[in-house]
Amino acid sequence: MKKYSTAGFHPVSAPDFLPPEQLQALQLQRLKAMVQRAYNHVALFRQRMDDAGLEPADVRSLADVARLPFTVKTDLRDTYPFGLFASPMKDIVRLHASTGTTGKPIVVAYTKEDLGVWENVMMRSFAACGLHAGDVIQNAYGYGLFTGGLGAHYGAEALGATVIPISGGNTQRQLMVMRDFGATAICCTPSYFLHLIDQAQELGINLKELPLRAGVFGAEPWTESMRRRIEAESGLKAYDIYGLSEIIGPGVAMECECQAGPHIFEDWFYPEIIDLKTGRPLPDGEEGELVLTTLGKQAMPMIRYRTRDITALTSAKCDCGRTLRRIQRIGRRSDDMFIIRGVNVYPSQIETALLKVEGTLPHYQIILTREKDLDQVEVQVEVTREIFGDTVGALDQVQRNLGRSIETLTGLHMKVRMVQPQTITRSEGKARRVIDQRKM
Amino acid sequence: MKLKQLSLFLENQPGALSRPVRLLAKAGFNIVTLSIADANQFGILRLILQDWEKAKKLLEKAGFVVRVTDMVAVEVSDQPGGLAKILEVVEKAGLNVEFMYAFTEKRENKAILIFRFDDPDHAIKILRQRNLNVVASVDLLKQN
Repeated sequence: MKKYSTAGFHPVSAPDFLPPEQLQALQLQRLKAMVQRAYNHVALFRQRMDDAGLEPADVRSLADVARLPFTVKTDLRDTYPFGLFASPMKDIVRLHASTGTTGKPIVVAYTKEDLGVWENVMMRSFAACGLHAGDVIQNAYGYGLFTGGLGAHYGAEALGATVIPISGGNTQRQLMVMRDFGATAICCTPSYFLHLIDQAQELGINLKELPLRAGVFGAEPWTESMRRRIEAESGLKAYDIYGLSEIIGPGVAMECECQAGPHIFEDWFYPEIIDLKTGRPLPDGEEGELVLTTLGKQAMPMIRYRTRDITALTSAKCDCGRTLRRIQRIGRRSDDMFIIRGVNVYPSQIETALLKVEGTLPHYQIILTREKDLDQVEVQVEVTREIFGDTVGALDQVQRNLGRSIETLTGLHMKVRMVQPQTITRSEGKARRVIDQRKM
Repeated sequence: MKLKQLSLFLENQPGALSRPVRLLAKAGFNIVTLSIADANQFGILRLILQDWEKAKKLLEKAGFVVRVTDMVAVEVSDQPGGLAKILEVVEKAGLNVEFMYAFTEKRENKAILIFRFDDPDHAIKILRQRNLNVVASVDLLKQN
């Protein structure tokens, strides 16, 4: 078995290796301060605590977290724009917001101290996958209101790496810069990287011959098969980074060189896994919804935020030596799940089915409609050069193979339709997987 | 010897055909001939044009999936039985035709048949042996 040494780690990674008792003591201390702060400054939280007959002083141990009220995404929408802020505007130095594809966006805020925490966890994220000063990091996450771009930017810069702040889009320029500037790492969504791979072939650039060795991929759920595809076709090691704006942005959790699931930076983010139906906490190893509590956020403390991401926590020792618990790769979200003819389906199952067919890319969208009271699913798949022949028969065959693969995995018959490349809408490089047009 | 054919994936929806054709027209490409194959859900546009390499680049830049295939063009006189004669040769030689299309050259009173064979090189050899006029280059197809 491959051994991983801790030699050469950046000093900033030290908290990754804290003995559990020390980590827990630190968490409890931070948790108490956080709950007090939220209670004093956030009306919604105070109201919910009062309703539950709780006071900040009732938090005496980490187990008491389970007594606190949940925060959900609609709370952020309902209090739009600044209702959950715990700091006055004069202390807030940065705002970010979601793109707001459905309804109002959600707004998140940072004090100087919060930005310091963010930078810290992003530095540790890059260090965890073996990057350091001297690396050239091409940051293809979108810069702007989206947290991905600036989050990765400041972390990489603080690490001492050379940052290429190229932002998202303009694939040809991305590839030219990657080659000419000698990028050793790239940050983007995994689906965008697949697109880069495809375009590199087109332009005659062999990614395997470039110094590129690490990909920090996140901002959308992806699968192990996608990782294998990326690594086989580009020669880099693909790492899963996890984060969400409501908590801080990217850098909530990050894989180490063992690639065995992202380690949560538990000294700043307290994780729980809860049962989707009962809301009760589940023990490590069991799958449920990830709930996160920020332990150091000043501007916008989040208490028991329901992420909608489905995963399990593991406290099994990682070969890298980190004591931080890991989450299973997040392949699905509870709000992405759809029920079709009574069967629960996750987009990740469709993705896996697509990747089983030679030459396809997981650029797909699922359209749900209802005809004569019967649910219909159409899976739209972007056609690629690999699968496109000049005969109708060849493409028909691919379409049939895709349909069969989906049916094998989900037990459901879904209509497959090939569409032009790049026609499936992406926001911040993230594809929207499910479009539900059913009228209930 | 062989002609290059560009084939494009088209979605089955209004405007799908006009977009690439307009794009080529705007850039000054002259389409020698084209054919469309359509299935239930999608279509394939097949094009023969002179500057196929440049056209391919242009189309790909616009986001189309383009494939290049080797085709065999055979010239016959534009009169009844012209096609039948060639097909007879093809049939007798056991050549497998994936698909074919044709166009006529009014001024010369010729018709050009464009074949997609499994094995174009073998097909060219057979056709030549039977003294059929395999068109060597697209330049010969149309001189305006």
